[in-house]
Amino acid sequence: MGVGVNTSQESKTGAFGVVTTTLDQMINWGRTRAMWPMLFGLACCAIEMMSAQASHYDMSRFGMELMRASPRQSDLMIVAGRVSRKMAPVLRRLYDQMPAPKWVLAMGDCCSCGGVFNNYAILQGVDEVVPVDVYVAGCPPRPEQLMHGIQLLHEKIMKEKVFSK
Amino acid sequence: MSDLLSLARKIDDRFPEVVQEIVEFRGDVTVEINRSALIEVCTFCRDDETLQMNRLSSLSGVDYWPEEPRFAVHYVLHSLALNHELRLKVYAPGDHPVVPSLTALWHGADWPEREVYDMFGITFEGHPNLRRILMPHDWTGYPQRKDYPLGYEEVEFTFNFERVQSKKPFPRE
Amino acid sequence: MTLTPDDLTHATEIESDHETVELALEELRGRVTDRAFTGETLLLNMGPQHPSTHGVLRVLLELEGETVITAQPEIGYLHTGIEKNMEAKTYEKALVMTDRMDYLNNLGNNLTYCLAIEKIAELDVPPRAQYMRVILAELQRISSHLVWLATHILDLGATSVMLYCFRDREHIVDMFEMLSGQRMMTSYIRPGGLWRDLTEDFLPALRKYLDYQPKKLDDYERLLDNNPIFLERTKGVGVVTQEMVLDWGMTGQMARGSGINYDIRKASPYTGYERFEFDVPLRTEGDVYARYIIRIEEMRQSLRIIRQAMDNLPDGPFRSNNRKYVPPPRSELGTSMEAVIHHFKLWTEGYSLPPGEVYVRTESPKGELGVYLVSDGGPKPHRVHFRTPSFWHLQTLGEVSKGYLVADLVAVLGSIDFTLGDCDR
Repeated sequence: MGVGVNTSQESKTGAFGVVTTTLDQMINWGRTRAMWPMLFGLACCAIEMMSAQASHYDMSRFGMELMRASPRQSDLMIVAGRVSRKMAPVLRRLYDQMPAPKWVLAMGDCCSCGGVFNNYAILQGVDEVVPVDVYVAGCPPRPEQLMHGIQLLHEKIMKEKVFSK
Repeated sequence: MSDLLSLARKIDDRFPEVVQEIVEFRGDVTVEINRSALIEVCTFCRDDETLQMNRLSSLSGVDYWPEEPRFAVHYVLHSLALNHELRLKVYAPGDHPVVPSLTALWHGADWPEREVYDMFGITFEGHPNLRRILMPHDWTGYPQRKDYPLGYEEVEFTFNFERVQSKKPFPRE
Repeated sequence: MTLTPDDLTHATEIESDHETVELALEELRGRVTDRAFTGETLLLNMGPQHPSTHGVLRVLLELEGETVITAQPEIGYLHTGIEKNMEAKTYEKALVMTDRMDYLNNLGNNLTYCLAIEKIAELDVPPRAQYMRVILAELQRISSHLVWLATHILDLGATSVMLYCFRDREHIVDMFEMLSGQRMMTSYIRPGGLWRDLTEDFLPALRKYLDYQPKKLDDYERLLDNNPIFLERTKGVGVVTQEMVLDWGMTGQMARGSGINYDIRKASPYTGYERFEFDVPLRTEGDVYARYIIRIEEMRQSLRIIRQAMDNLPDGPFRSNNRKYVPPPRSELGTSMEAVIHHFKLWTEGYSLPPGEVYVRTESPKGELGVYLVSDGGPKPHRVHFRTPSFWHLQTLGEVSKGYLVADLVAVLGSIDFTLGDCDR
């Protein structure tokens, strides 16, 4: 991860608390460690998302305990559940209202690819309206699967280059 | 149950020209009536001493395409005091289906009738607010009709992968 | 999908059309009072994405100050076309879709659909399966009420109760996983009985749970029953009269909260409920507090039913033997030709039910769940319609919340206990 303080090493060499890293890594570290998800639970996956936030599978260990209802204050949109054609413009509008940097995690089969429902009413994948960073499969995915997806997202963000091109 | 049949025959005696058929299947009795007399029959069911059907339990639409009459609306009336149920069925033709609305008797028929309108296109006369409820308000077509396609996306294999992907509307970013 | 600085990040850059706003206002004529057009009352959109609406519900509010004059719910944002999709699948495959309708009552939906199929096909269900179905339906009821309690009390402001309820729900969901491998969408109840027999770890876990849960329910009651804030927010709020119940077709706790004693498990028992002793809680005030008390008491009664069912669980087959509808066990396929033929027929074409129509009702945690199944004699259902309690209850929102404050509206929304998946299907 590139950020850490190894005090035993430092104390041997005599240099205390000096950490060397790049600005990119600092910024990405800051972005991932306290990501605020936006409350976007639509259907059954929302219940598993709430379970993941509850005390048994705690999501606040990843800094995500605060679920912001307002899109202006959140940086991750976890689309949990099936997106119908009536809901799609609303979803897009909410995505547009989120300030950059923003990421989208498609939780569950229905928003990854349409899931069980292949018909007139459901979008076959939420990537028809918003760009998705991580897809988490499952119907509904276990809370541990969701957390694995979030960790994948963290790894993806850590690799982003913000300042150096 | 024979007592349900006798109750159904009461309706037949009271409204002789209106009842088309009384069907008994697996212990339940359905009375098929003319759609013009729907409100009178329901009022009778509600007010009569032996029937006392004071609750509308369910309302659904059916499409029998390509048979005629094409549409049917199925009502389940239930009595809380006497704990029995009776079912009514009303048929409507395919080209201009109009059925009287039950919102005058039970307000609870409001949304179910809107759903039947949205899904099948059956108009309910006397409904205060007949708009689409489940589909977007500017949707064309009535999804649950038998001649409306399911609208599914093809399963992607290697031979049609490019074709299906080109049709998917990914956002431009 | 890397994001570039050119992406549309400001909602102010999205064009808004003045004419569409005026047209939209015109559409509302007749649905809101005329005072909204002069600006005397405020039109507010409690949008599809809102923390307190328990899903994607849009409520069109007309407020005078903080008092609600009109509250019109708009649904359809989760419409999945389940009923039409079920018409395209065989009966057994369509069962999978019923789980996803009311996603807090998966086994209850399965059960109702299976009862409809069994009624048409006149399929017998062995007693072991009946007792297990009762246990599962009651466990599902407790799980649904726990989620109801969690979200309702979270809306009213107490966040810790949500964590407690989800912790309890984990126990139930673990038990479902022991049986079927899935936490939520189990599809465990099949026509003719159950999918497979109980595993060894289920009954000990159930016994442990039955000792654990009543103490936790006592905790919740201690926290909430006499809590002055809770009482202030819920007593006298959202009163439902008996005439409203009959007029609007309410069932479940909405009816029992107002004094109408109607529980389908007692009135028209299904899957063996007549063998068990339980009380049906009844209150007369009809407000949010009454419905809260009823649901907590229902959880206790469910535990009582589960204990009786578990103590008397008979041995025997877990699914019917009627090979026309139920696939043979795989062990028979090696030795019996008829088993192979039945297996082949069931897996390729699926079974066909005799033509006819049935309506079956069960008591879901939210009210009366009914299935209207029309069979035309083929392998796929001709029409499946679900009479869902959330749909019938949500239309009463305007009536029930008229004259109360916006904060009370949140309490009423929680107390109606709807699920949008149930409502929109």
